[in-house]
Order: sequence, then C-alpha cells, then structure tokens
Amino acid sequence: MTRDIGLTVLSDLGEERGRIVRVEKGVMEFNQALAEENRARFAAAGVLVINVLSSPGSGKTTLLARTLQEFPARAAVIVGDLATDNDAERLRVSGAVAVQIQTGGVCHLEAAMIAQAVARLNLDTIELLIIENVGNLVCPAAYDLGERLRVVLLSTTEGEDKPLKYPQMFKTADLVVINKADLTEAVEFKREQALANIRLVNPQAQVLELSARTGQGMSAWYELLQTHLEDS
Amino acid sequence: MHEVGLARQVLDIAESAAKEQGAKAITKVGLRLGAMAGVVPDALSFAFEVARHGTMAEQAVLEVEYLPLVCYCESCQAAFEVDDRFGIALCPSCGEPSAEIRQGMEFTVSYLEVT
Repeated sequence: MTRDIGLTVLSDLGEERGRIVRVEKGVMEFNQALAEENRARFAAAGVLVINVLSSPGSGKTTLLARTLQEFPARAAVIVGDLATDNDAERLRVSGAVAVQIQTGGVCHLEAAMIAQAVARLNLDTIELLIIENVGNLVCPAAYDLGERLRVVLLSTTEGEDKPLKYPQMFKTADLVVINKADLTEAVEFKREQALANIRLVNPQAQVLELSARTGQGMSAWYELLQTHLEDS
Repeated sequence: MHEVGLARQVLDIAESAAKEQGAKAITKVGLRLGAMAGVVPDALSFAFEVARHGTMAEQAVLEVEYLPLVCYCESCQAAFEVDDRFGIALCPSCGEPSAEIRQGMEFTVSYLEVT
C-alpha cells in the first residue's frame, strides 16, 4: 500500500555513489623507487653521496666551498636553487665540478632531478658527491634522493627552537651540524637547549658544532667524511 | 609548500586506477596521511580543489584519514602513540625519546569511489 519512499531514495543514492576501488598506493613511491635506483648506482660507483639541507642563509654554500677545498679533485656538487646559479659559481671557484639544478620555483629536489644531474657527471672520477638542497626546512624532508648521509644544518643565528619547529626535517637527519658556532655568544644562542631539542626530536642523530667561516670545528667534519669515504 | 604537486600526483594515481577499472568518473578519493608525512592537510585540500578540474575527479571529494605518530621504545620494547604537535616522542614508561617511527610517515591513496 504505502511505498517506502525513503528506502527507494536511499538505494538510488547508493547507485549514484558508485563502487569502491582499493588502491593502496603510496604517493611518494615513484620518488622512492628512483631514489633506490640512484643509491644503487652510487654504491656501484663507490661514491659517497650527502644530501645537505637547511633553511636559507644558514651557511650551506660556505660549508660546502670549504669542504670541496679539503677534498680537491675527488668531489662534485649538485646545487638546487629556485633560480640563479650564484651558488654553483661560488663552488666552482674551488675547482670542483658543480652542476646547478634550477628548480624553477619547486621548493625541493627530487630523485628524478638528481638522476638527470648525475648524467652530466662522470661518477668514475669522483668519490664524494654533495647535494646542496633547496634552502627550505619543510618540503625537502619528504624526498629521498638516494643519498647515504642526510645532513641538516642549523645555524646559531636561527635560534635553538628550530628542531622543534621543523620536526619532520630533523627526524630524518643522520647528522645535525650546528653552524656559525663563532657567533654563539653574540646572538645569545642557547647551546645546551639546542642540543636538548635535537635529542628530543631525533635521539639517534650525530651532532657537530662548527663554524664554516672561521674553520672552528671543521676537522671533526672532515674526519667524519673521511670515515664514510673509506666505507664507500 | 608543494601541495599542488602532491595533489597532482594523487590525481594521477587515482585516474590510472580508475581507468584500469573502466570507471567513468571518480566521486571520492580516500587518503591516509601520517602526522609526520610533511603534508599540510588544509593546503592539500585546497590544492586538490584546484587540481581536480579537467580530470576524472572533477566532482570528487577528498576524504583524509589521519594517522598519529607511533614510535617504539627499544628499552621498554613497547610501541606508543605520540600526541605532540612537535612530534617529540617520549616513551610513557621510561621517559626516553625514541627515534624509531612505526607509523606516521604514510601518504597513501587508499581507495576510490568511482561510477
């Protein structure tokens, strides 16, 4: 007698709503697969690859320029920037091969960009490849490039709370470098607090304190690189 | 801020899965997103709204299941959920920080609803 309009409407909606398709595919899988390809290629060539990350102005290029002088003729660098090749120019002065990736506004480097840049390098002639990522403490954290060592730079001028503000980035670091150690007192950088914050976010990360500008603490950094080079 | 690029990747995955199924349109995209995936949910939603135009997901809604950070304490041999916006993972039993992430890095297209 009475039609159950409610039910009819519901079942119509059910058809419109369609069917469920299971996907279960990681959005980062594509990058991850390319990163593994890069890593295998670097391992086969015996090249130690380091991904250096930080916010803009924390001293990545100064650290790298010094490092390249210490390992002349055996090192190359890939520099990621939104625009300009100023950083690559600064690094070429040291005699190292520098390949610039202009990301054209993209906020991070991806494994595919590294594969393209590496095509312009002769891996047989180098043993150390340093990747200077785009200055940004957020986006590059999610992109594995195929590196062996992930180094996150924190400078004393940025303040001791950076590890707490950017936990994704600091959690993925193998090594945290506190740069501009020569300015610790001048900028009232709370060193103990910074070390505690790093440990809170990433208790396994190694920490080095140095000044790439004055050279203070740089020998520990070179020794660490040397140890990893011998393992490559 | 690379959520526009991420939204496009989500849509690429969704469209190829939908085509494989011979679907006409995508009406919903279900994601699983970990707390430490480095993706800003609001920015992703906004980017999705923009990026879906002209795709099979033109009318699709985005449904996001959030997964909290879960870490593991070596000494207590126990996993624990982390409810800290900084992602500071202190073991509730011994108070030591943990670096072993068991959950929270996910960024997965989980399912689609298609017609």
